[in-house]
Amino acid sequence: MNPKVSFEARERLEKLYELDKPVHIQYLEWVKRFVRFDFGRSYLDDRPVSEKIAERIPITILINFSAILLTLGLGIPLGITSAIKRGKLPDKLTTIFVFIGFSTPEFWLALLVMNLFCITLGWLPVSGISSLDFESFNIIGRILDVARHLILPVAISTFGSLAIISRYMRTEMVGIMTQDYIRTARAKGLSENSVIYKHALKNALLPVITILGLSVPGLIGGSVIFESIFAIPGMGRLFFESVMARDYPVIMGVLSIGAMLTLLGNFLADIAYSYADPRIRVVSEEVKA
Amino acid sequence: MRDLVRNRMALAALVFILAVLVFAILAPLLAGYDPASTDPGSILTAPSREHIFGTDRLGRDIFSRIVYGARISLAIGFIAVGIASLIGVFIGSIAGYYGGKIDYMLMRFVDIMLCFPTIFLILAVISLLEPSVTNIMVIIGATGWMGIARLVRAEVLTLKERDFVSAAKVMGAKDSRIIARHIIPNAIGPVLVSATLGVGGAILTESALSFLGIGVQPPTPSWGNILMDGRSTLGVAWWLTVFPGLFILFTVLSYNILGEALRDTFEPRLKE
Amino acid sequence: MNILEVKNLKIYFNVPDGIVKAVDDVSFNIEKGKVFGLVGESGSGKTLTALSILKLISWPGIIAGGSIIFNGTDLLRLDEENLRGIRGSKISIVFQEPASSFNPVFTIGQQIVETIINHQGVDGNKAKDLALECLHRMHINETRRVFHNYPHQLSGGTKQRAMIAMALANSPELVILDEPTTALDVTIQAQILDLLEEIIEKEKLSILFISHDFGIVSRMCGHIAVMHRGKIVEAGATKQVLNDPRNDYTASLLKSVKALT
Repeated sequence: MNPKVSFEARERLEKLYELDKPVHIQYLEWVKRFVRFDFGRSYLDDRPVSEKIAERIPITILINFSAILLTLGLGIPLGITSAIKRGKLPDKLTTIFVFIGFSTPEFWLALLVMNLFCITLGWLPVSGISSLDFESFNIIGRILDVARHLILPVAISTFGSLAIISRYMRTEMVGIMTQDYIRTARAKGLSENSVIYKHALKNALLPVITILGLSVPGLIGGSVIFESIFAIPGMGRLFFESVMARDYPVIMGVLSIGAMLTLLGNFLADIAYSYADPRIRVVSEEVKA
Repeated sequence: MRDLVRNRMALAALVFILAVLVFAILAPLLAGYDPASTDPGSILTAPSREHIFGTDRLGRDIFSRIVYGARISLAIGFIAVGIASLIGVFIGSIAGYYGGKIDYMLMRFVDIMLCFPTIFLILAVISLLEPSVTNIMVIIGATGWMGIARLVRAEVLTLKERDFVSAAKVMGAKDSRIIARHIIPNAIGPVLVSATLGVGGAILTESALSFLGIGVQPPTPSWGNILMDGRSTLGVAWWLTVFPGLFILFTVLSYNILGEALRDTFEPRLKE
Repeated sequence: MNILEVKNLKIYFNVPDGIVKAVDDVSFNIEKGKVFGLVGESGSGKTLTALSILKLISWPGIIAGGSIIFNGTDLLRLDEENLRGIRGSKISIVFQEPASSFNPVFTIGQQIVETIINHQGVDGNKAKDLALECLHRMHINETRRVFHNYPHQLSGGTKQRAMIAMALANSPELVILDEPTTALDVTIQAQILDLLEEIIEKEKLSILFISHDFGIVSRMCGHIAVMHRGKIVEAGATKQVLNDPRNDYTASLLKSVKALT
């Protein structure tokens, strides 16, 4: 606290933040407010924290969600191909690509890519989430405009997690292909495609669900960096700004929301997994019966 | 060991890592200039014979800054990982060895820590403290031990059922002795793998923080904060961005390759 | 009339230390409608021999030489597409471990229907009826329940019956049984052997029966060949080999078995 603040002002603040009450009462009050998503008001502009977060969350979620879809869409086939052509050129190339993927500093890549596509080539807009004349577009135009702005952040976000997913798929597939039931499938005279894409894949996808759940905190965290670089008004950037400004209510609010999103992600992943894996799903059904 | 030597990529990675280490240690000899000395006459000059990586906005020689920056970035990487390993091994072995309620409480704690995106945690803590090299080391270490803790716990759980532990118990050895002398040395494999990969991660984290301005503060050079300048001068001075970034990339890449190679050595290999 | 003729089969493994001759010049014939036993300890090469009939040998093993004649065709020189037509339909194989041989994420029914549709080209409903019929023939009670169950929900014995049902679904001419009872409890073993005897008799199947158990082999097989370290050391009518072994290895193997029983 700034020591120059007068005594009465301090008293007033203390009362406001209930610092004068015993610690356990403070905690209870905090929990009560927490449950109502009341994180207090921002030091900076005195707006309710939840409001500030609510206006930023959709963008961050949009970016991360797209990144997840893209990661799955690219990573799974990459992993499968790597596994099938193990040791040969496609596998080696993918492995190199993937290693570079998780060794590159995201912000550096963002800078380079931004320089290339936005400044040098001028194909994509440099910052923000929409152009100045956004209002004048029709619905398709608007969607395209947002898409153009978000391509780079989504791509950068995907680049890092692509590595993890494809590497994991590869390991899983390689492990599964040596299993007995794959031998049985071949012994039944099934085509190799059927063996790989039906029998092996379905087993390999199960752990991917869990991995997805676990990668949620990473995605949310990563957005801090590229939202700052691309000037995207998302939750990550809000967090960064409040850290710089020591805006503690907002910091607490975003931390809490971040944690909740992570828990939500894990929870959904757990449910999806127990639904997908018959060994778990059916047991619980039997238990109920 | 034979497999390690056979893996040429891993060998190359190891060589690179050692090279960077030597680089960092011999910084004063290698750097042509004092990394802090400014030269208003040569602002933002492209790579040339006097300045092989060019100069920055204040006329400082980039190459020297990168060489000195290596010291900082590597030091942070190693110490942060060291801290994380110590905490992780400690918590993991206690949780695994004693089991029961202690295990439960500790693992819930780990789960809570894992709920938060690491960057968020780091930023939050930094908002309370001043960014300094020491603080950063500690913060990165203190937010990155969870994975190691889980690994160690898993190893300890399997190891504690083994005969040599029962033998030690029968001979009346104290718990702490059993853990330290018998269990931990055997669990060290996965920890080593994690630590190696962790150095790469720590370097990435530090560079991101410094890039954003809340890591290593100028004029102390770190690969990340050299890039900070690069942000605004990208179109004009590509060397400010490209060189430090490449150093980060290749260093982290080497640690990752080495870590994966170690993982193959320590963990049973599937039929390839 | 021979349904299968294995001539000079060689299966080698390429390992870092050199080449391992896992199956080294093995030859035998199986008569149509008869049960032929391949006996030996683990590692003798008997399973590999069986797998090679359907060319299911995977790297680092390779089939280095020989021929396997089935109904006049050399299977080892057949192209993949024709081979797939034979696998699971003209020749099928029952593996040792029913627990791991079924895909855990599909139901038993789905897996049996799959092979029926693949080889017989009938539609889903007909395939389902055929599959249920197969299960029924294996004396499985509650065929509907088993059909809709996942592998982990069934007992070992039931799984193995289902596995056999799946192998017979397309009316094969030759069935390879690779240690079909080894992974089961002793009481269940007896049941499965009874079942096998019954089916072999009823459907007039030709069988290649692989086992390390002389007791089982003497019950099930008319002719046997004894394998040791990749070679056949003795072959002939079961009674003859068991009562009057000419090879030292066979003799010592039999002696150790008798010592236990």
